Amino acid sequence: MKYKLIGYGGAALLLLAVSIVISLSVGSAGISVRDVWGILLHQLPWLADKPVSYSPGEISVVTQVRLSRVLLAVLVGACLALAGTGFQGVLRNPLADPYTLGVASGCSVGAAFIILFGLQTALGMWTIPLVAFATGTVTILIVFRLARSNGIMHIETLILTGVIIQSFLGAFVSFMVSMSQGVVNQILFWLMGSLAMRSWDNLYMLIPFLALGIPVLLFYGGTLNLFVLGERHAAHLGIRVERTKLIILICSTLLTAAAVSVSGVIGFVGLVVPHVIRLLVGPDYRFIIPLSAIGGGIFVLWADTLARVALSPKEIPLGVVTALIGAPFFAYLLHRRKLKQGGSA
Amino acid sequence: MIEAKEIVQEIQGRPVLNGLSCSFQKGRMYGIIGPNGVGKSTLLGLLSGVERPKRGDVLLEGRSVFAYARKLLARKMAVLQQSGLPPVGFSVREVVGMGRYPYQNWFGSETDDSEAVIDGAIEAMGLQELEQRKMDQLSGGERQRVALAKLMAQQPSVILLDEPTTYLDIGFQVQLLDTVRTWQRERELTVIAVLHDLNLASLYCDELLVLHRGTIAASGTPQDVLTASLIEQVYETSPSILAHPLTGAPQIMLQPKWTNK
Repeated sequence: MKYKLIGYGGAALLLLAVSIVISLSVGSAGISVRDVWGILLHQLPWLADKPVSYSPGEISVVTQVRLSRVLLAVLVGACLALAGTGFQGVLRNPLADPYTLGVASGCSVGAAFIILFGLQTALGMWTIPLVAFATGTVTILIVFRLARSNGIMHIETLILTGVIIQSFLGAFVSFMVSMSQGVVNQILFWLMGSLAMRSWDNLYMLIPFLALGIPVLLFYGGTLNLFVLGERHAAHLGIRVERTKLIILICSTLLTAAAVSVSGVIGFVGLVVPHVIRLLVGPDYRFIIPLSAIGGGIFVLWADTLARVALSPKEIPLGVVTALIGAPFFAYLLHRRKLKQGGSA
Repeated sequence: MIEAKEIVQEIQGRPVLNGLSCSFQKGRMYGIIGPNGVGKSTLLGLLSGVERPKRGDVLLEGRSVFAYARKLLARKMAVLQQSGLPPVGFSVREVVGMGRYPYQNWFGSETDDSEAVIDGAIEAMGLQELEQRKMDQLSGGERQRVALAKLMAQQPSVILLDEPTTYLDIGFQVQLLDTVRTWQRERELTVIAVLHDLNLASLYCDELLVLHRGTIAASGTPQDVLTASLIEQVYETSPSILAHPLTGAPQIMLQPKWTNK
């Protein structure tokens, strides 16, 4: 088990590092790869006193815009994929993703409201993330409340409640989109997800959630394995089912809300990454959780890199790219597994 | 020793168990029988500590099962469910190993070596050849054997079986109950089984409890309990009862209505 984790984990981290290097090297500002790395290496304290010839504009593009965006993509991807793993593990439903229980719809209502009434700067640059995060978490609390009876949350009721709240809030958002003539695009673009025009501060906002979410979910990896057998089996093996469910759901919700509030609604990551990891390494959550975090980071990083360079200088909405490359990749993996099973049977 | 005291339980407002009390001694095998919907599985759920009664208490070794730390309870008591294990992607060995969960610390490791226990359980259920197979490649009967091996790995002193033979053919039914009975005698375990099949219950159990109208209508050895009058009172059908040619245990012959005429 240890060697398997080191093997897969090492390979995934290596792939992530290579992806970061490539993504940092390309962009629409027309800075050469050599200069990009010259600027980046120059930021290291022990190389800082070497004389340089880069313009302040170039330095700012690389350090303020590109580096922060690349790292933000990795963190957003990690949050969404981890949350997706948590939701799929507890809900034991292959269609579950971070948005199933209505977190994203809750965030969207808050963000759309702020954009519609032009309140983006009411609380400074943090307005949209803070409000979206707040409305998202309030939504999930309402869903929990509605789905709970006699201290027990039945999975079916929970999913159904989530889906209903999701469509209710979705209608709200559509209503706000239709009410706003001038700013329609801004709301729609937020809904489609993007990492453009974000800053280091957005990145810092995600770090506490990941710092909390990763260890908690890793801790519950072995427990989620028993959930695979069913809640009753898990209970008979000594797991406090309701408490465990609640902790994992809250943790996954916070990760989702944090990611959505800085990046908008990026679809497909939280649904597909855990499935891909499961296809590659099997059903053991002690592998799926850490590898999903890394895999989600790689996936969103590549999607965002494509989003910014494919039609440069125009940006493609990130949610569009994740689905466009995610769906065929997933179909390919499913197909390959089918062939493999057919061959062995 | 496990004891149910004055249990009252309702399901969606409908009273199911009505002041039921019973006790189970160490080293014996008990069968709980009774018609459909009488609350046999409900009683088992309460005994296992997973469901709470509306009133009353369940004591295991003198202490309420609801007061036990969940993991400690799982080391003492294990449950085999009717539905068996789902066809998941884990291997047989991995699933049997899950029976060790109650013995693991927070980080999922055990102080003693659990591999020997897992090997023993796999061997006892004759699963050596299937050890590396995935659960979703096994038949229902094979999965039920894995479930039992997982139970063995859990090393409990009390075993609850909830209609364990429902989805098995007669060969597997006998094999499963033979295994449980042998294991029960070797380790002096307490086994409490909800059984639908009265003949199997009569063959394998030391004592039977008949659940009827929310309480224990009769209890005792199969010879005492399985009488024509009691069966007629509880199941509303009148059978013939014969002694098993080899063991002497009472066996029930059902009879269609027109044979009475």
